[in-house]
Amino acid sequence: MVEFGGWNMPVQYGPILDEVRCVREKVGLFDLSHMGRVTISGPDAVAFVDRTVSCYCAKIAVGGIRYGLLCQEDGGPIDDVLVYRGVDDVFVVVNASNTAADLDWLRKHTGDFDVEIHDQTDELAMLALQGQNSAAVLAKLTDADLGNLGYYKHTHASVCGIPDVRISRTGYTGEDGFEIYFPCAEAERVWAELSAAGEPEGLAPIGLGARDTLRLEAGMSLYGHEIDLEHNPIEAGLNFAVSFKEEKGDWIGRDALQRVKQNPSRKLVGITTDGKRVPRQGYPLYAGDTRVGEICSGAVSPTVGTNIGTAYLPLALSEVGQTIDMDLRGKRQACTVVALPFYSRTR
Amino acid sequence: MRPDDRKYLPSHEWAKLDGDTILVGITDFAVEELSSGNEGDLVYCDLPEPGRQLEAQETFGEIESVKAVSDLNTPVAGEVVEINSDIEEHLEILSQDPWGKGWLVRIKPTNKSLDHLLDAEAYEAHLAKSH
Repeated sequence: MVEFGGWNMPVQYGPILDEVRCVREKVGLFDLSHMGRVTISGPDAVAFVDRTVSCYCAKIAVGGIRYGLLCQEDGGPIDDVLVYRGVDDVFVVVNASNTAADLDWLRKHTGDFDVEIHDQTDELAMLALQGQNSAAVLAKLTDADLGNLGYYKHTHASVCGIPDVRISRTGYTGEDGFEIYFPCAEAERVWAELSAAGEPEGLAPIGLGARDTLRLEAGMSLYGHEIDLEHNPIEAGLNFAVSFKEEKGDWIGRDALQRVKQNPSRKLVGITTDGKRVPRQGYPLYAGDTRVGEICSGAVSPTVGTNIGTAYLPLALSEVGQTIDMDLRGKRQACTVVALPFYSRTR
Repeated sequence: MRPDDRKYLPSHEWAKLDGDTILVGITDFAVEELSSGNEGDLVYCDLPEPGRQLEAQETFGEIESVKAVSDLNTPVAGEVVEINSDIEEHLEILSQDPWGKGWLVRIKPTNKSLDHLLDAEAYEAHLAKSH
């Protein structure tokens, strides 16, 4: 167990690499109750989100979900978030470690918007089922029509007898899967029922360690690693989450990010290492004697079969196939730039 | 109880007198912390070149698992006269036999005394207190 964003969280329930394989091959159950959950309601909810988040909220159909970023004026992200468009509200899922900062920022920018911001983090539990057997497991305990719930869509249905549970076909692993939100008093019972229901499908509980490897293999950014106040979403390759459409109107960070888009100086790349050393955040990268970047994230990847990492490199060094050196206290290890994501289930 | 035929550092290395030299390894606790009980989680061990002179408590290498990297610190000053080169390709030895076959380096000490180190009882007390 470790302290994480003020929560006591399991890094692993079993061997990390076994947990990764279980999600890639079968199904895993994650307790994500540390993630922040915020409901924005009121007549201006959608307009307010369009002012403060980088994706185009008004364009999301009711029941749809988009990934976006909460940015400062200079384009530096305060957080990355999932935006759930509801009938008359917007539900936003944020990183545990940024929840307080996000709430402060949102409340500071309500201005003339007629909105209410309701922090539901402590009211709701959040569990995720991830892996190709997720639907088979969840179907045993819900009356939702999972077959008709598309990727990045959400609905409300009964789960384990609890009415009106929010179910989304989302996740942070690169696999098919679901995230569910329900009153936290029911958390232990739902966890137990999902665990039991998933036994025939090979379900195992999955900790933060494997979750980090899974998201990295799938090329998904983690706040504090690939993105932070100094690392903007354009250079991180998150253009899909940043809307410059006129109709979205002006939003915080738009102008700065437009300038970055016209003239980026670096790019987030994947790297694999030829040796045994595992890339870790902060390890410097060299081209010859010149320091050209540093590692953002790294992991042993059982899916790819080598050690993997992410790093920002100058554009001239960011082409696939480029070799660079990772420095480990004076010892060099050769690395190769590869395409992101490292793993895609549809590839 | 850990073996009392050797002495310990709070950072989980052990030192054992073997003739004129001292064998250095890491404790079962260190291995467990790094590997979480799964020997496949250990991925790399970096040991020094024989001939290297070490100060007491100097970092002489690194051991890496899936989740973390840890320094290896020497309990005694002296010259590295031999390294256990089996370890590099067979890290599972550390899980299986940290007290024997899992030794890491053999040091010709500048001073053979291990009196400045924790005995097994004190090391156990250190573990109980800090974990």
